[in-house]
Amino acid sequence: MPDTSSDRIDVTYVADLARLRLSPEETAVFQKQLGDVLGYVDQLAQVDVSHVSLLGDADLKNRLRADEVRPSLPVAEALANAPRQDNNLFVVPKIID
Amino acid sequence: MDITSLTILELRQKLAAGALRPREIVDQLADRVTAVDSKLKAYLHLDLDKSRAEADAANITLPLGGIPIAVKDVINVKGAPCTCASKILQGYTAPYDATVIRKLREAGAVLFGRTNMDEFAMGSSTENSSWGVTRNPWDLDRIPGGSSGGSAAAVAGHEAFAALGTDTGGSIRQPAALCSCVGLKPTYGRVSRYGLVAFASSLDQIGVFTKTVEEAALLLEIIAGYDPLDNTSIDRPVPKYTAALGRGVRGLRLGVPKEYFVDGMDPEVEKAIRTAIDEYKKQGAEIVEISLPHTQYAVAVYYIIATAECSANLARFDGVRYGKRAQNPKDILDMYGRTRAEGFGAEVKRRIILGTYVLSSGYYDAYYNRAQKVRQLIGEDFRLAFEKCDALLTPTSPTPAFKIGERTADPLQMYLADIFTIAVNLAGICGVSIPCGFTSNKLPIGLQIIGPKWGEETMLRVAHAFEQATPWHKEKPPL
Repeated sequence: MPDTSSDRIDVTYVADLARLRLSPEETAVFQKQLGDVLGYVDQLAQVDVSHVSLLGDADLKNRLRADEVRPSLPVAEALANAPRQDNNLFVVPKIID
Repeated sequence: MDITSLTILELRQKLAAGALRPREIVDQLADRVTAVDSKLKAYLHLDLDKSRAEADAANITLPLGGIPIAVKDVINVKGAPCTCASKILQGYTAPYDATVIRKLREAGAVLFGRTNMDEFAMGSSTENSSWGVTRNPWDLDRIPGGSSGGSAAAVAGHEAFAALGTDTGGSIRQPAALCSCVGLKPTYGRVSRYGLVAFASSLDQIGVFTKTVEEAALLLEIIAGYDPLDNTSIDRPVPKYTAALGRGVRGLRLGVPKEYFVDGMDPEVEKAIRTAIDEYKKQGAEIVEISLPHTQYAVAVYYIIATAECSANLARFDGVRYGKRAQNPKDILDMYGRTRAEGFGAEVKRRIILGTYVLSSGYYDAYYNRAQKVRQLIGEDFRLAFEKCDALLTPTSPTPAFKIGERTADPLQMYLADIFTIAVNLAGICGVSIPCGFTSNKLPIGLQIIGPKWGEETMLRVAHAFEQATPWHKEKPPL
């Protein structure tokens, strides 16, 4: 039987890592639902992966480009969606006292 | 004359003959939206003045000159909103065009409307949109599929001639199947993702919804190709996909993977797929039974890799540079935590938490690394299968469209809706869903044709051969 018990994942702790504040109701619902999902993904433990490399053979190669100045988004346009801005900078609450 | 039922190719003929002007196309499409979108809710945003201005300026000698194209609300179009159906991007205005949008413009297309979706493309029903549910044109009590449900419903409901969508685990093919239109997911790297809001970067791919296979081939020709702005796009020539059509399937070997006919599959879906396989046999294709032994692990692998990648990609939504910010934050952590709490919906939060968990210290090896290895085995299954055949035939979805609300309380059940589409993304190969019949209560059924990496030409040829011999793509929903 897969272990679907809801204490497999400490949702409060993980949500804090993800900078996500949850209500007590959300925490309880997610605790149960994610316990079910983790129970489901447990089936991967059955697969023999001892001979498999982690990366396989990706088509991707490192592509370098010339280090040239090219046109980019003007500052005003880059800042246009900012919730708060001042003096060409994004404004956020004070980080260091 | 109602032109909304026409294909892009038919519109081009009329434009070239002077029987139609681009402005009339936009006007008729706008009338159709007025008539049906209060029922379907496929569109989130329309800027008809802008679409009309683009139509008036259109050069009809270009491949898509004067043809309106709808765009899923996850792709940046300069000056337009791009909310990803999320409250966290409410009020955001895209500062630049995605590469696919630039290419559409260069081909003469008129941009028409932003289509609804599951928030950040996370879902299989479009019920996770923050702006309301899109409805299935064939039965308004049912979901259109997802996450590109708005694009699928718009094309199937004839309120778009074609639409862009994105497919991370089936988000183009599954809604195309459930709404009865063509939905194409290209090979990973075929189409630039520059300007697409990222969900799971190793899986996401932009593709198209159309009424017919030929239109899908035409659009792919236009949007495909290497882009220096997306280093995951691959520098390979773009074939003339439309030239691959019309050659029939005689002599082709088409594989039927036995793992795609599972218990719990809707019997009417299975019957329609078996009938489609017989049609190919009749047309002279050789049908080969094959096995993809790691199929059963695909959903589990996906929900580790996709959530891991989304937890990293969505870290950028923090209230600093764009989008929503929580009011009166006490400090920066309070700002992050509340901005994200207020901005994201339940499914996005669930996936961020799951993804953060599988990447966290102590669990990384057991979940993420193991899933990456099983992913290699899934890719190897396909590689071996394509040594024996040219394309694969499978159902797109195990069931027809389900009722709105039926699966929202049980995320795992919702995740299993993508059981036949997810492995294609994990392997980075291509797939297309085409209409292949209806259930007894007139719900669409989709046939998925899967091709190897860069196998779009053969895949589209196979799709076209079936379409030309069957009536399903001509049926119109009762709206």
